[in-house]
Amino acid sequence: MARSDVTKLSFILLFAPFALWIALLIILPQLGIGYISLREKVGPGEYTFGVSNYVAFLSEPIYWNTLLRTAWMSILVTAMALIVGFPVAYYIAKIAQRRSRAALFLMCLIPLWVSDLVRAFGWIVILRETGLVSSFLQKIGLVSGPVEFLYNDATVVMGLVYTVVLFMIVPLVSTLDGMDNSLIEAGYNLGGSRFTVFRRIVVPYAMPGIVAGCIIVFMLTAGSYLTPILLGGKNSMWFTEQIYEQFVTRYNWESGATFGVLLLVFTSFVVWLGLRLTDQSLASTVAKD
Amino acid sequence: MHDLQCESLSKRFGAYTAVNSVSFNVPRGSFFSILGPSGCGKTTLMRMIAGFEEPTSGDIRIKGQSVLSTPPNKRPVKMVFQHLALFPMMNIGENIAYGLRCRGENKADITRKVAQVLDRVGLPGTEQKQVSQLSGGQKQRIAIARCMVLEPDVLLLDEPLGALDLKLRERMKIELKQLQHQFETTFLYITHDQSEALLMSDNVAVMNAGQFEQIGSPQELYNDPKTGFVAGFVGDSNRWPGRALSVADGKVRVALDGGGEAIATAGDDRIAAGSTVELFVRPEVLSVGPGAENRLEGTVESLLFNGASSRILVRAQGGNLIEVGQAVMDGTNRVQPGARVDIGWSHGHGRCFSVSR
Repeated sequence: MARSDVTKLSFILLFAPFALWIALLIILPQLGIGYISLREKVGPGEYTFGVSNYVAFLSEPIYWNTLLRTAWMSILVTAMALIVGFPVAYYIAKIAQRRSRAALFLMCLIPLWVSDLVRAFGWIVILRETGLVSSFLQKIGLVSGPVEFLYNDATVVMGLVYTVVLFMIVPLVSTLDGMDNSLIEAGYNLGGSRFTVFRRIVVPYAMPGIVAGCIIVFMLTAGSYLTPILLGGKNSMWFTEQIYEQFVTRYNWESGATFGVLLLVFTSFVVWLGLRLTDQSLASTVAKD
Repeated sequence: MHDLQCESLSKRFGAYTAVNSVSFNVPRGSFFSILGPSGCGKTTLMRMIAGFEEPTSGDIRIKGQSVLSTPPNKRPVKMVFQHLALFPMMNIGENIAYGLRCRGENKADITRKVAQVLDRVGLPGTEQKQVSQLSGGQKQRIAIARCMVLEPDVLLLDEPLGALDLKLRERMKIELKQLQHQFETTFLYITHDQSEALLMSDNVAVMNAGQFEQIGSPQELYNDPKTGFVAGFVGDSNRWPGRALSVADGKVRVALDGGGEAIATAGDDRIAAGSTVELFVRPEVLSVGPGAENRLEGTVESLLFNGASSRILVRAQGGNLIEVGQAVMDGTNRVQPGARVDIGWSHGHGRCFSVSR
């Protein structure tokens, strides 16, 4: 076998898993969903093609209101994850001793070892009417009767921030870690205050990490299902819940597929808008070398 | 008038003393270098002056004012970092304007000053370029311009030539000296490279193990070192261990461990008959041939050609290796490897220091 054939073979072998994964698990199902979303049922086993599913979505305010609400709350979660995650990442990457860095990073990862479901139930144990917080407040006499902390928007946002903040911290740590400390020192040396150094040197340097973290967190939040349902209950009004309902409860695959496509298109649009507004590109953030 | 004064400045990290009671004055407008091997505490010293480290004891005064309680961003000291630390997310103009904007100067002034300083460092019109578009030497000049535009009292330079290749480094040495002349600002330059320190400085402090060994002009350090460390560290030197036989009139008669005797100037007053010493002789004062005051016999081992700093390596009879300078290797040289030669030098050219054991 010629040498170029060997190179070609190893290329194919290395490329195949990636190509199969993309083709079979991402492109093919999406094409299927897109196909179903354009199908209209006219009778048992009889279909025509058209955009009536999309028209139905637009003509029913509860549907697009839910989508807008999901997007809005996901943006809120993303912003809060950034506010919480940045100091943590900065501490790990720049302030902590080299030795303790790995341990701190590992501690951030520990929540991932427990499944989403168990973590959500953990929050329920703490926040329900008969839970830890409620009974503690009663014991110290701050409230007279049991208080329900579950099933409101604040709890949903908090639970989601808790779930996704790690995905904000990881890209931030890796960008900040690559930042030479002397850049910060030069910032001070040339007369910058703490705030100036943070705003004009640290944040611009970390921008690729911030944008990458925000994209990941926003997409994860908008597509999450367990946390909003368990912590928000029936009135959480999360868009994924609508999709689930169409597919499973109503057995209306056409409508569910439409919602799926709309969620993908809409969240992609929000990400695009975010990139435009911050003057970044996908190539300079997520695919940064 | 001194721009920078340090008074018994010390810095301890736990039990380790990085800088041990260092005092020096830098006159206004002079080029002062601190020369020392890596780990001698020179970077800690510079970081204390810049305000990034707090001294354990001692005082730092700039133009007579103590700056110990001044935070780093308020000190009239600017620093050129080892890897320059130009801000990669800003273009050249923004990099230089950064400090002016921190001071809150108005836009028109900033634009004018940036253009002026770029002109002075010989890179006019580069405001819009990105940092990555510049060559190593240009980045160097931008880093200096970024500090000089703020008109600091003292400019600190932390081995800024270390990352450059040899040819460029040679050129930048001269350029730095010229820039210092042009700006008439006090430069405090830190380096482990003795040729950088000797070439550019008005005064050099040689630092070792947290202390200053000697402060003096490059000529003084080279021709009249006060300690064995300075004699060995500044410039090339043959260094032979031996024992003092007798001391008289500042001259020491030394019996070399490898065999042979020589008379040399006593470098310090701790030398007595019988004490252990080291003899330092510079390669360029050695000559091949008979008739000198001190004499060692040996065999030529090899000829090392390096243009103007070529060397002849001679193995003395006792086993000491002798490096001889003054070697002209234009093909007319009659010295060949294996030849027996006499190596000579005058009494005044050798220098002897006691060794504390």
